[in-house]
This record gives sequence, C-alpha cells and structure tokens, in this order.
Amino acid sequence: MNQLLKLSDFSVSFTTPRGDLHAVRGVDLSVAKGESIGIVGESGSGKTVLSRATMGLMPSTATCTGSVEFNGVPLSDLSHAEVRNYWGTGMAMIFQDPLTSLNPVRRIGSQLMEGLIVRLGMSKDQARARSVELLERVRIPDPYAAMKKYPGELSGGMRQRIVIAIAIACTPELLFADEPTTALDVTVQAQVLELLAELRQEFNMTMILVTHDLGVVAGQTDRVVVMYAGEIVEAAATKDLFANMKMPYTEALMKSIPRLDQSSGQRLRVITGRLPDPTTPEPGCSFAPRCEYATDKCRAEKPPLVTTQTGHQYRCFFPIGGSL
Amino acid sequence: MAGSGKLHLRLDSDPLLIVQDLVVQYKVNRKSFVSAVAGISFDVLRGETLAIVGESGCGKSTLGKAIMQLPRPLGGTVVLDGVDITALDGNDLRDVRPKVQMIFQDAISSLDPRLQVKNIIDEPLKVWKKGTAAERSIKVDNLLNSVGLDPVVVRDRRPYEFSGGQCQRISIARAIALDPVLLVCDEPVSALDVSIQAQILNLLQDMKEKLGLTLIFISHDLAVVKAVSTRVLVMYLGKICEVATPDDLYAHPAHHYSRALIAAVPIPDPEVGVDKIRVTGEPPSPVNPPSGCRFRTRCESASQRCATEEPQLQEVGLGHFVACHHPVTN
Ligand SMILES: Nc1ncnc2c1ncn2[C@@H]1O[C@H](COP(=O)(O)OP(=O)(O)OP(=O)(O)O)[C@@H](O)[C@H]1O
Ligand SMILES: Nc1ncnc2c1ncn2[C@@H]1O[C@H](COP(=O)(O)OP(=O)(O)OP(=O)(O)O)[C@@H](O)[C@H]1O
Ligand code: SF4
Ligand code: SF4
Ligand SMILES: [Mg+2]
Ligand SMILES: [Mg+2]
Repeated sequence: MNQLLKLSDFSVSFTTPRGDLHAVRGVDLSVAKGESIGIVGESGSGKTVLSRATMGLMPSTATCTGSVEFNGVPLSDLSHAEVRNYWGTGMAMIFQDPLTSLNPVRRIGSQLMEGLIVRLGMSKDQARARSVELLERVRIPDPYAAMKKYPGELSGGMRQRIVIAIAIACTPELLFADEPTTALDVTVQAQVLELLAELRQEFNMTMILVTHDLGVVAGQTDRVVVMYAGEIVEAAATKDLFANMKMPYTEALMKSIPRLDQSSGQRLRVITGRLPDPTTPEPGCSFAPRCEYATDKCRAEKPPLVTTQTGHQYRCFFPIGGSL
Repeated sequence: MAGSGKLHLRLDSDPLLIVQDLVVQYKVNRKSFVSAVAGISFDVLRGETLAIVGESGCGKSTLGKAIMQLPRPLGGTVVLDGVDITALDGNDLRDVRPKVQMIFQDAISSLDPRLQVKNIIDEPLKVWKKGTAAERSIKVDNLLNSVGLDPVVVRDRRPYEFSGGQCQRISIARAIALDPVLLVCDEPVSALDVSIQAQILNLLQDMKEKLGLTLIFISHDLAVVKAVSTRVLVMYLGKICEVATPDDLYAHPAHHYSRALIAAVPIPDPEVGVDKIRVTGEPPSPVNPPSGCRFRTRCESASQRCATEEPQLQEVGLGHFVACHHPVTN
C-alpha cells in the first residue's frame, strides 16, 4: 500500500511553570493512503495534541521532535508557512471544540466559502453554491438560511456539522476528525459518518478518527491505535483488536463502556486512579499504578512495543492471553 | 406538531420542577421566528434523573437554558419547589439562581481562558459569599478531587492547557460548587472518554444520593441515558414525542422517531453490521414546521390525519406516554 503519513519517534512537550509536560512520547505511526485509523484513549492521553502537532498547529510553548512525513515530504523540516500550504487540500481537521474553532462574529457562509476561494480558487458564486451543497450533505436544515447565521445562533450539533463541512470543503487527502460526532444524536451521527465513508470511497480520502465511542470505531475504522499517557500502547486491525486485545488498559477501557444491553440503573465500571502526571513520567510501564496485573518488573522497567506476526502491536510484559 | 398534552404530568407527587406550556422563540429576521421550544410540559420528581434526548437542533439546550431563565421564556411557567420562577425578578430571581445550575454544552469555551482553574471554581463561591478565602480554597480542592483532577497539578493552570475532557470536569466542579438542588447537565460527558465518563456519571449518581440532587440530563448517548436516568423524554423539533422509563422506551419505543433513534445506536463490535432503519428525508425547517405531527414529513406511517391534527400525549403503558396517532406496536 501507498504510504501517506509517517510519524517517526514523534514527541511533543509543552513548557509549563511546573516543568516540561510530555503530551506525546515517541510515537511511530504509518498511515496508508485510503486507510481509516481510529485513535482511542483516556481523556488527556494526547490524542488531540498528536493530531494538531502533525498538522503543525501548535502554540509557541510546544516543542516537537522526531519526524513527520506527508506524501514523502518531511514536514518537520519545512517552515510554518510551507506547512500551511498543505492545509485544506492536503490535510484538514475537524476540531474537537466547534465553538472555539469557528469565528463567532463571522457568518457561517463566509467561513465556509473562504477555503473554497483561497485554496481552490473558486469564484464567489461557485463557492456559495458549493457551500450550500456542503451544508445539505451535513444535514443542516434550511442551508440557505444557515449561510447567513452566526455560530451562536446554531445548536451545538449544528455547529459541529459546520466544522465538518469546513474541513471537508476542499476534499483533503488526509482528514483528522477529532471527536467529530460527540454533539450529534445517533441518527444524524449515522448520516455524517456515512458521508465521511462516501468521501473515503469517492476520493480515497484517508481518515484519522479520534473518538471515545467504540461503536463508531468498530463501524468506521480499519485499524485502531490505543494511546495512554502520550504513548501508543496497542495497535491492531480493528477486528483483531476487538477480538483479542492484549493490553490490560484496552480491556479496562472496553469494560467501562456503557452498553445498551445492560440493564438500567447499574453503576458503571471505572478504571480506578488517573493518568500519571505528564510532567513526571513513570520509570516503568505508565499504566502500572492502575493495572491489576502489575508486578515489580512493570514498575521498574519500561515495556517495549512488541509487534506480532499479524502486525498487532502492544506495550506490555504480561499481555492478556500470553505473548504471541 | 409532534405532540402536546399534559397527561404525563404527576402533579400529585409533589415534583421538584413543573414546566408547563413552555415556549421559547428566537428571532430569525424581521418577519420570522423559530419556536425552538414549542409548548412543552414536563415535571421532574425529587431525586429523579430525567434524560432529554432528541435530534440535534430540536431544542434541548434551549429548553435547559429556559429552565434557568436564560433567556426568559416567551410563554409558560417554570415552578421550582412550589415557586413560579418565571414570575420572579430582581433579587427574588437572584436568590433562587444558585439552586439551579447548568453544565453547558460547550465546556471548553464556557470557561474563561484567562483565569486559573482555582479561580474559575472559586468564582461562584466568592460571588455567593460561601466562607472565607481559606475555607473556599479547601472546598475548591475537594471539588477538584471529586471530579478526578489532582488539585496540586491543576489548580494554577488555565483552561487552554487542558484536554477537552479535563475542561468538562472543571465545568462540572464549578457547577456543583454551590450545592444546587437541580442540576441541568447539557451533554456533560460527550467530550469524555468512556472511563472518565463512567467516573463522572458515578460521581453525579453519588451526589444525587448524598446531596439529594435532582438531575436533568441532556445527552445523545442512549447507553449512558439508560444507565443513569429514571425517565426519558424524547423530543423532536421543539415538541415532546414520547415519555417513558429507559427500559420501556428501549424495549418498546412507541413513537416512530424514537424507534429510528434507538435503531441507529452504533454497536461496539466490528462483526455486527450497521442497522439500516434510518431517519430519511430532509430535516424540516424549524421556521416553517410541518402541520399536524412535526415528524410526518419523515415518517413512514404518516396518514392524512397526521397532517391536520396535532397528536396529544396518550398513555400506552404504565408511565409510558406517546404523542402519535399511529403508535408503533410490537
Ligand atoms: N497548550 C497546552 N499547554 C500545556 N499543556 C497542554 C496543552 N494542550 C494540551 N496539554 C496537555 O497535554 C495532554 C494531552 O492533551 P490532549 O488534548 O491531547 O488530550 P486528549 O487525548 O485529546 O484528551 P480528550 O479526550 O480529553 O480530548 C494533557 O495533559 C493536557 O493537559
Ligand atoms: N441564540 C440563538 N439565536 C437563534 N437561533 C437559535 C439560537 N440558539 C439556538 N437557536 C436555534 O434553535 C433551535 C434549537 O437549538 P438548541 O441549541 O436548543 O438545540 P439542541 O437540541 O440543543 O441541539 P444539539 O443537540 O445540536 O445541541 C435550532 O434550530 C437553533 O438553530
Ligand atoms: S506492563 Fe505490567 S503494568 Fe503495564 S500493562 Fe502490562 S501488566 Fe500492566
Ligand atoms: S404516525 Fe403520524 S403522528 Fe405518529 S409519528 Fe408518524 S406522522 Fe407523527
Ligand atoms: Mg482531545
Ligand atoms: Mg444542545
């Protein structure tokens, strides 16, 4: 398969008053053209920082090391202005928080048309027609009226769909979708996911989908990457991961999903404890303080990322079901 | 309209909150309005968790904010603990405000980016003069702990330094700071991963038991709704379609919209195909909602009557109400 994105030993840290905060640590990830990858993991595990840093969207307090290659071009060697040229048509992102990524004082129409005019060189009329079409595709009622509205006049889920429309406007080669459907009810979510699947088929679009909805992961991705404390701790083909997860963390994550077939009023299972303080990384396995299988070895030594013959990767000394 | 009626109210059980005929309109332009909430009535018993579900844009957040009088609804009454708060103003309204708190849908942008976390959570305590600075500081730490954040690590940081889920927890800590009697949670866990989600939901559950808290829980996640709620209200385009316990609703949805909604829940198993019952057709314009039943333009069972007559809530099972002329039978 043709490789589109390659991250090698990619790390991101932030300078904070309490010391360096290591948000992403030594990530190696290759994404093939047309592939759909899910990234799951606890809140604060570095999913958003990983996506944003790959696109070169980081504040000045951030330091990125390692390399990012996009279509064979080492983005990490380019200037910020050069990386920007890839935005929109090369890489685009559906941001996690719709309200902060939309400009509150500009109408929806002009925010949508901007990329079409600047990046694709459309005329105003072409851009307007295309924008209305995009709004229809993300199921916004009354698209003509919506063009004239300000973000504050739309519901949370409608704003999220506007952000999706902006991200797909220039049919990017690679789409980062950071929790793209959290504000949508399941019927609209199904339609939006179908739209993304169509774009993948039609344009061979590659997608990196950050989500905590394992139902969405199951239906929409070819491969899943599990992140914990800034690192990849497990990665496998989606079916393989669901059928035979290796990491105790992944298992704990799965068990804490509320399910429709559970009876009502039950207490939900939690993973006790919390993520380690990202300014002082654990010496051993970062999950050890919360892992029910942890031994002294886990606390002292860092487990390496093991790759099995089937391409299943995990970072654990005592994987579930034994090592392969 | 999808439905009206009050048959589902339980006025003889002394509800904490009684909302009747609530109407909220937004101005679209000089001539037209959207009735985002179009005559809704419901009640919430003490200690109950009422979940509100429905299509994106159907008016759930508007309904939640209208209970808080943000902004004041155009019509209808909101009776909290026997007091009609739509009739209060000035200091009287100010006095009841701490009793009802809301966790807003956009957690990240609802936090002031310039303030440190400790000040964000302290703000309501300070405004309502809850204790000395030292007492408040202890309370802030307790609140942070209770939402699973380490006070030592997060107190002095600012919102932009946090992940989406961490911001959500900060806003929950702020909302519970004043020990409200009614907490309106607008998508409180949608930005959270499953594990933190479970922690927060269990936390809300504990607070319910400890503090006698009553919850209104707006959510898109039907599995979460099932786990936490005692009653579910399904909305469509500003109206109520169905009211039932989660078990009844999921086992026997009676409204055609509810049925499609439940069928669309994604299953966390890649071997299971996606269910194909879909809400098809274009979402109607809220400015010109369909006559009769508001769902009729997308309903396979719609009849002539659905176009002319607005269905009223009727009881189809014990505590199970639906506003539909031809309820789903199974
Ligand atoms: N601008 C920043 N400055 C300092 N720290 C930051 C900044 N942005 C993120 N972080 C920290 O980096 C870590 C990873 O954050 P990130 O937003 O990637 O988490 P996430 O996996 O996307 O979580 P969620 O599921 O809650 O969105 C967190 O500890 C967060 O506090
Ligand atoms: N400030 C506003 N001005 C004008 N119209 C508004 C405003 N806020 C909401 N609306 C409109 O009111 C309707 C209901 O919006 P609301 O935010 O209550 O929906 P919701 O059910 O919470 O949706 P979601 O699930 O997407 O958050 C929508 O049509 C929306 O466009
Ligand atoms: S290495 Fe040890 S502590 Fe880490 S996940 Fe595996 S068993 Fe648990
Ligand atoms: S059958 Fe008629 S009343 Fe019932 S949901 Fe369909 S259109 Fe509405
Ligand atoms: Mg994130
Ligand atoms: Mg809302």
